[in-house]
Amino acid sequence: MSATAALPAAESPTRRAIRRFFRHRLAVFGLVVVVLFVTVAILAPVIAPYDPLQTSWARIRKPPSWEHWMGTDENGRDVLSRVIWGARASLMAGVISVLGALVIGVPLGLLAGLAGGWTDAVISRIADAMLSVPFLILAIALAAFLGPALENAMLAIAITASPVFVRLARGMALDAKSTDWIEAARALGNPPWRTAFVHVLPNIVPPLLVQASLAIAEAIIAEAALSFLGLGQQPPHPSWGSMLNSSQRFLTQAPWLSIFPGATIMLVVLAFNLMGDGLRDALDPRAEKK
Amino acid sequence: MTPLLELSGLVKRFPVRDALGRRAGAVHAVDGVSLAVAKGEVLAIVGESGCGKSTLGRLMLRLIEPDAGSVRFDGEDLGALSPAALRARRRDMQLIFQDPFASLDPRMTVEQAVAEPLRLHRIVPREQEAARVAELLSRVGLRPELARRWPHEFSGGQRQRVAIARALASNPRLIVGDEPVSALDVSVQAQVVNLLSDLIRDLGLTFVLISHDLGVVRHVADRVAVMYLGRIVEQGPAREVLSAPRHPYTRALLAAVPGHGVKAPPLEGDVPSPIAPPPGCRFHTRCPFAEARCRDSVPELGGGDHRVACHLADSLPAPEPLPPRLAGGDRLRRLQSFFRAPAPNQGAQS
Repeated sequence: MSATAALPAAESPTRRAIRRFFRHRLAVFGLVVVVLFVTVAILAPVIAPYDPLQTSWARIRKPPSWEHWMGTDENGRDVLSRVIWGARASLMAGVISVLGALVIGVPLGLLAGLAGGWTDAVISRIADAMLSVPFLILAIALAAFLGPALENAMLAIAITASPVFVRLARGMALDAKSTDWIEAARALGNPPWRTAFVHVLPNIVPPLLVQASLAIAEAIIAEAALSFLGLGQQPPHPSWGSMLNSSQRFLTQAPWLSIFPGATIMLVVLAFNLMGDGLRDALDPRAEKK
Repeated sequence: MTPLLELSGLVKRFPVRDALGRRAGAVHAVDGVSLAVAKGEVLAIVGESGCGKSTLGRLMLRLIEPDAGSVRFDGEDLGALSPAALRARRRDMQLIFQDPFASLDPRMTVEQAVAEPLRLHRIVPREQEAARVAELLSRVGLRPELARRWPHEFSGGQRQRVAIARALASNPRLIVGDEPVSALDVSVQAQVVNLLSDLIRDLGLTFVLISHDLGVVRHVADRVAVMYLGRIVEQGPAREVLSAPRHPYTRALLAAVPGHGVKAPPLEGDVPSPIAPPPGCRFHTRCPFAEARCRDSVPELGGGDHRVACHLADSLPAPEPLPPRLAGGDRLRRLQSFFRAPAPNQGAQS
């Protein structure tokens, strides 16, 4: 019965998930788009054809042409260059605010789930209270309170998005708490913080990853909304939301001012959602084992 | 000599709540248990499922807090230790779980799992860790090359070997095995029982075996304690308890081993609810010999080497003499000889 000799080389759960992810076409499409935009954001100074802040009286609200692929805006700035530079603000806002939400939400959720009792009650009620207010309303209120700036918008989105992670981490921690391997961790002499971060956390990474990739999409929309309202990226610096804001007055005369940033937001958000769905399928332990 | 582990008057009740969250009573899981385990001894705790033996196992290791009573480990009251001191103490007392599919962290390789106690208690320096893990794995009959594998790649028997290696890693002075073989296939059970008894013999382990399998108990135990509804009803040297049981419940338990041949009246009815255990002797509702006093007064566990908690222990008809070997034990032994593990370094056998 030396069946072990016949086993294929050890495959870690992570590797298996990656292999499954890459068989999911739409998810790979999402990943490609995301990688593309991240590259664009990083290389913005190199690939943007014009200075995004350079105004010109000679080319105000010109429709798309060979010189200006996406046309020019009301101050004569190149829309394509602004969309490219705007990717920095939007992606950074999306990624950093979700990282912030993870850093705030996951430890609190683990604490609530593993400690139980009063700690759990207090943390959970606060999270519930925050979730009872619509996401954007809370983000707008917080951003308005903190003052209009991109950093403040990101902080506002991070705080607003964190209760979702509190709940998720708490639920997963509660599940884990009732398992033998968590009791085993305790029996071996693990201190509570080590049980939480060495044993529970790695086991709840998959759902957190899925939730995070979907939350980035939401955060990008939230950043666009805040910038649209003037609470995010400040003029003259471009972000997709603030571009939509300034273009609304010219919706009929110069629709390209709205269409290009709007379509870009849609494409990126769609890509993050597709990637998140793909991750969920790839990491689902109930899916086939092959 | 002070015993390695001494339990006195342990009580654990789990509150039961109704639909509105009000306390509606309590499950009397463990109700006044006193026990001592000497150094180098193998004590088996036997009883039906639900009798509180697993709870008792967790109380011993202070994984759960007792409502009353104390646990002394090597003369030291575990209840008086600070959380940090208790964690440090855990290197001396380890637990082997029933279900090897649940007791290993699915995100840790075998090596990480077995090395964890080494790190937690700084048993060996980092650079010697791999060698120590390899040594432990071959000790439990697994090829050291398997260290890089994940638990999901292993069979139940192999996982239980990993769990045993993990329990041995910190050189504990006491190991509690909570039904360590009952979740395994019968053929694998025999191998793991062999492994455990080899380890107990070679390493001189002090072992508390929680089990309902009397065949396994007979194979490894020095002493036996029989539990019924949270209390110990009989306790003594394994050979005596298993061949000359004095408590009517122990007799019924032994008579239930197939092919055993001992005659005892079969038990009527079900185990009473531990939420409302019967007054007096807890066994009186099912005892074929019960008298009026059994309903009113609680029988004490007597003194001496072979103790029994029964008012009628001395007046009961002597049990019919038992064959020297239990049939169940023979079956297990036959299986064991069949599956006798080769030398550990020849690889995993399940």
